[in-house]
Amino acid sequence: MPSKRGQAHFVAELEDTPVAPVDRLDESQKARSTWADAWDSMRRRPMFWISSVLIVLIAVIALFPGLFTSVSPSLGCDLGKSNGGPEAGHPFGFTRQGCDVYARTIFGTQASVTVGLLATALVTLIGVVIGSLAGYYGGWLDAIVSRVGDIFFAIPTILGAIVLMSVLPAATPTSVAFVLSIFAWPQIARIMRGAVLSATNSDYVMASTALGVSRFRILLRHVIPNSIAPVIVIATVSLGTFIVAESTLSFLGIGLPTSVMSWGNDISQAQTSLVTNPQVLLYPAAALSITVLAFLMLGDILRDALDPKARALR
Amino acid sequence: MLWYTGRRVLQMIPVFFGATFLIYFMVFSLPGDPIAALYGDRPPAPGVIEQIRAQYNLDKPLIQQYLIYIGNFFQGDLGTTYSGRPVSDVMAGAFPITFRLAMLALFFESVAGVVVGLIAGLRKGKWFDASALVVSLLLISVPTFVLGFLFRLIFGVQLGWFRTTVSSEAPWGELILPALVLASVSFAYIVRLTRASVADNLNADFVRTATAKGLSRRRVVTVHVLRNSLVPVVTFLGVDLGSLMVGAIITEGIFNINGVGGTVYKAIVLGESTTVVSFIAVMVVIFVLANLLVDLLYAALDPRIRYAK
Repeated sequence: MPSKRGQAHFVAELEDTPVAPVDRLDESQKARSTWADAWDSMRRRPMFWISSVLIVLIAVIALFPGLFTSVSPSLGCDLGKSNGGPEAGHPFGFTRQGCDVYARTIFGTQASVTVGLLATALVTLIGVVIGSLAGYYGGWLDAIVSRVGDIFFAIPTILGAIVLMSVLPAATPTSVAFVLSIFAWPQIARIMRGAVLSATNSDYVMASTALGVSRFRILLRHVIPNSIAPVIVIATVSLGTFIVAESTLSFLGIGLPTSVMSWGNDISQAQTSLVTNPQVLLYPAAALSITVLAFLMLGDILRDALDPKARALR
Repeated sequence: MLWYTGRRVLQMIPVFFGATFLIYFMVFSLPGDPIAALYGDRPPAPGVIEQIRAQYNLDKPLIQQYLIYIGNFFQGDLGTTYSGRPVSDVMAGAFPITFRLAMLALFFESVAGVVVGLIAGLRKGKWFDASALVVSLLLISVPTFVLGFLFRLIFGVQLGWFRTTVSSEAPWGELILPALVLASVSFAYIVRLTRASVADNLNADFVRTATAKGLSRRRVVTVHVLRNSLVPVVTFLGVDLGSLMVGAIITEGIFNINGVGGTVYKAIVLGESTTVVSFIAVMVVIFVLANLLVDLLYAALDPRIRYAK
């Protein structure tokens, strides 16, 4: 509360608090949604713009890698230039196989980002559907779903993914995303369930029920839109962690096959020539970290804007 | 407390069986025959596959296979690695090393994390806070294995402060560098968690009361703020054990440590899926047990938890 030193109680000036009928509603003014408020608080923060620009740039690189380099990342590698330093047209130098590091970093974006996006989309879809059904309908459905979720939750995502990936045949970005989301959905489902539970008891749900709106329609139109905010925050952060998870699996040799260009594979292959030629490791690793960082920052800002009560947990 | 403990233990039983069954199911019932995989591209003699399937009980129904496996599991029989050594044997040799590594990492991440988080939380918005946040974000966004390579390159190869590979006995001194790598991500999370919860608690009523009582700032911070801020950190350490296990696989792989993680790393690289599964099943069991312990500890630290439900 703002108060001046030496003043026992703060009393606002009369013109600061104009007297108005308490039940008067200005209907000409458009109702402000949570999203409009969030947008207002986000756009004032430079971090929001930095991370957004980075994410758009990464998305463009992932979609159209050819725009950023004319050098082929895998064809025309010259073994004579193995582990060579930077030169004109090849700013990041060459890998052990004599391929252009810059081109490989650019072309590796697609696989890594695909895994991250697809896994996040899957996890969000599964988590939101299961979590909202469990929280909204309760009863035996909730009991079963929550217990099953506990089981998957008990297996750390990457440990479970290691088991599955080491028995599955040849991996693709899609299968890696599927495997990661199998073990990661309970987190989103739990958060969604909690949010739906608290939204279900609110006045607007009761009002809709009194107006005769069907239960399922209330869930779709009112409950889910009002409880999705914390899920979006977690989903943004997990996009980054899925990209790290993919690179970890590729590093272990059970992620994407080496024929697929990805940051994880390039970093993994760089370890053989690390001492003589660290740039082979540094550039794909930096690209990966910047991508993850962009999503982490965006998640932090979204959290502050949408969910001020939430602590800075993962 | 007793009632709460009993209920949590009972809740854990289906989770334990469910999680181990899930892992067993994934390995032995999904497309991709582990026995055929043993032989690569050239199929073995006709009778051999049936014989091996019988040896591993794979000819019986899935539930029965699982029950045999879990029965053996409880008797300490975790199967054998491809080279014929019992998994329990390998584990007994490897566990103490990993235990030392994990203790060191836990020590680094919790002490340094809480201290940095506390200072950042007390000086919210100042330069120390801002730089702690930036460093923690950076640490989270760099994968553990990249950090491992970098640390090994900088401190091991270029500066020569540490050995780049750990000898087979793995004395404490050689484990410092790997433990720092292992601790890095969790350190970052603990900093963020402690900072947020310290900043929160500074505005709490009990802190205002303590200050109003005339306690020194030092006492208010250490007794009232810090102690209450540690509650979420303790819970985090339970969840964090999972990432510590994954981290151990990677760090021990990079630094060539003969611990549990290093063994799993080698088994993954060599494609020994049965060894991987046995070890990961044990890890999941430890994870479930540790989280039970943390839940109980949490309830002991914060009485609201046990009466709430």
